[in-house]
Amino acid sequence: MQDLAHHILDIAENSVRAHASLVVIRLQERPSEDLLRLEIIDNGEGMSEEMRRQVLSPFTTSRTERRVGLGLALLAQAAREAGGDCRVESTPFHGTRIVADFRLSHIDLKPIGDLGETMLVLAVGHSDTDFALEIERGGGLRRFDTQEIRASLGDAPLCSPTGLRVLRGHLGEVLGTRPTHPYGLKESPNAC
Amino acid sequence: MARLSVQSLNALRDQLQAERAGREGKCRATVIVHMGTCGISAGARQVMTALLGALEERGIADVAVSSSGCAGMCSREPMATVQRPGEAPVKYADLDEKKIVRVLDEHVIGGSIVKEYALAMGSERAG
Ligand SMILES: Nc1ncnc2c1ncn2[C@@H]1O[C@H](COP(=O)(O)OP(=O)(O)OP(=O)(O)O)[C@@H](O)[C@H]1O
Ligand SMILES: [Mg+2]
Repeated sequence: MQDLAHHILDIAENSVRAHASLVVIRLQERPSEDLLRLEIIDNGEGMSEEMRRQVLSPFTTSRTERRVGLGLALLAQAAREAGGDCRVESTPFHGTRIVADFRLSHIDLKPIGDLGETMLVLAVGHSDTDFALEIERGGGLRRFDTQEIRASLGDAPLCSPTGLRVLRGHLGEVLGTRPTHPYGLKESPNAC
Repeated sequence: MARLSVQSLNALRDQLQAERAGREGKCRATVIVHMGTCGISAGARQVMTALLGALEERGIADVAVSSSGCAGMCSREPMATVQRPGEAPVKYADLDEKKIVRVLDEHVIGGSIVKEYALAMGSERAG
């Protein structure tokens, strides 16, 4: 995975597969602690304690298509390579919380990448799941939430031209980028 | 707000009708992009963004787009499945931004399968 936005998409896809109705993605920048913390919190079906303990290993999966599950192992590797670590908390039938810590100043910290595209693809791809993105940075909190967007759209699907326009507009506001290009919302590398 | 001409009112009405058709399940097709770890590392997100951008550019509202998990053939990702009502689903493999737009124009809109990119029927299970 080339950047954190791609990891986020991948980890949030796990939450969807666990039948979460809400996935909260939180990014906190704490320069005083040299810390970038990524949390992905869902209200899905969770996993057993046994599963939780081995889930960061690449050979743990509940997939039947193949024997390896890479998503969480890759995220943990990216965190460790940037001087941090990854942990998983989960309660069966209640949900799961993934925490990945990175050292902000670490030379091997992957760029954040395009959070706008990740949120767009999650929101359009899963009409039964809501996604929230919270970015805490420099004392400010910015929040994007598909629940608000779906409420304002009524029953128009997010993949319709109207839905996409509204989604891009909201994402542009939250991420501080103007959605001029149809694929817009590019973030400069390493900007959280 | 600019004054609405009859023409733009007609266009708006057509668009709303098409969007309503989509909601009522009268989609002309569904496109599923496979979004497992293997797909994402191979470029599935970019494939989906290109598809959405092309739908928006063409003003198409009655194509449903969604994501699903790994299609079980990691080496052939990114993959997408096109389902047109009353027809067998077709899986496409080794996609990129250009190929998915061609699949949209020729298969989803035009109705003819892009054979170069399609997996042979039934071969899904071999992966
Ligand atoms: N949010 C979650 N809720 C419940 N179970 C989860 C969650 N995330 C991961 N799991 C469990 O952990 C396993 C391993 O996840 P991981 O993302 O590492 O691999 P995978 O999803 O199985 O395969 P891949 O990510 O390679 O497509 C999953 O198969 C699933 O059983
Ligand atoms: Mg996974």
